[in-house]
Amino acid sequence: MSNSTTAAFAGLRDTIPLTVGTTPFAIIFGALVVSAGLPPEAALALSTIVFAGSAQFISISLIGGGAALPVIWLTTFVVNLRHALYSATVQPVTKSWPLPWRVLGAFWLTDECFAVFERRMQTAGAADSLPYYLGSAVSFYLNWVAWTAVGAYLGNLIPGVATLGLDFAMVATFAAIIAPQLKALTPVAVAATAGAVALLAQGLPYKLGLMLAALAGVVVGVLLDGWRRRLAAEEAA
Amino acid sequence: MNDFLWAAILGMFVATYVVRASFIVFGQKLRFPPAVVQALGHVPVAVLTAIVVPEALMPGGQFDVSPGNPYLVGTLVAGLVAWKTRNILTAVLVSFAVFGAMRWLL
Repeated sequence: MSNSTTAAFAGLRDTIPLTVGTTPFAIIFGALVVSAGLPPEAALALSTIVFAGSAQFISISLIGGGAALPVIWLTTFVVNLRHALYSATVQPVTKSWPLPWRVLGAFWLTDECFAVFERRMQTAGAADSLPYYLGSAVSFYLNWVAWTAVGAYLGNLIPGVATLGLDFAMVATFAAIIAPQLKALTPVAVAATAGAVALLAQGLPYKLGLMLAALAGVVVGVLLDGWRRRLAAEEAA
Repeated sequence: MNDFLWAAILGMFVATYVVRASFIVFGQKLRFPPAVVQALGHVPVAVLTAIVVPEALMPGGQFDVSPGNPYLVGTLVAGLVAWKTRNILTAVLVSFAVFGAMRWLL
């Protein structure tokens, strides 16, 4: 086997735990789209074209809640902003790739593929990084799309899928992501602000409340950061 | 699939892709001011909480802060288990079991 083939298989193999771990979410996502009254093709299109788990889940509640297009697009942008940090982190290695591969590779830069690739960067640097990344990303992508289809078409067959409470999967996952981060004053204040504004702004049209709440939370975080910096500067003086 | 869905999905593709492509495709010509990077750090908690809180406290649009609200209890269980175990999958599974039991038994 050539080095490239070996690297591609290594990428695939290192991604397996995450591929398996996200499979239930792909199935639930597919079924959830159908339970929201949308066609199964919408689930497949979202997984194939957008390929961003948390943004995909949020889009269902936005579309189902009658959000306007700019709100859907802007929310997707904000939810995925963290990927800019991933893009910056992998850039020193990906800069050696030909441009077409960089254009294509950027499409697959999910949380999962980034986590796997970043570990590889630490141990192997840029060596065979393109085939490794492709092995990781393509296998993860195909698995996500395939199980989305299974969930969507199975969900279509199950009567009463809308009453199963599949939407709770997203709520539980997000709660589980947030909770461990609430160890310091700033993230607690950010969460409390965002949560309170989200409740108060619930009645706003086009689901604008979500954007407003997120913005309020980030503003409080930035203010607290500034306040802490000033405090540290005064103590040092 | 109507035009609205296609427009939503294609716009979501653009909104996702430009962020991922930023540094990989456009390289070092891009620079983030430190203040922006720091603000970005607050985005995940703010966005995710803004989604979770209304879903947990107002399932179906009705305000419900009772122990009989499976969304609220399930969310608290998910948060608590994740906080204790640091394992998201465990937290989701346990909270889903609690949520399911409350939905079908109560």
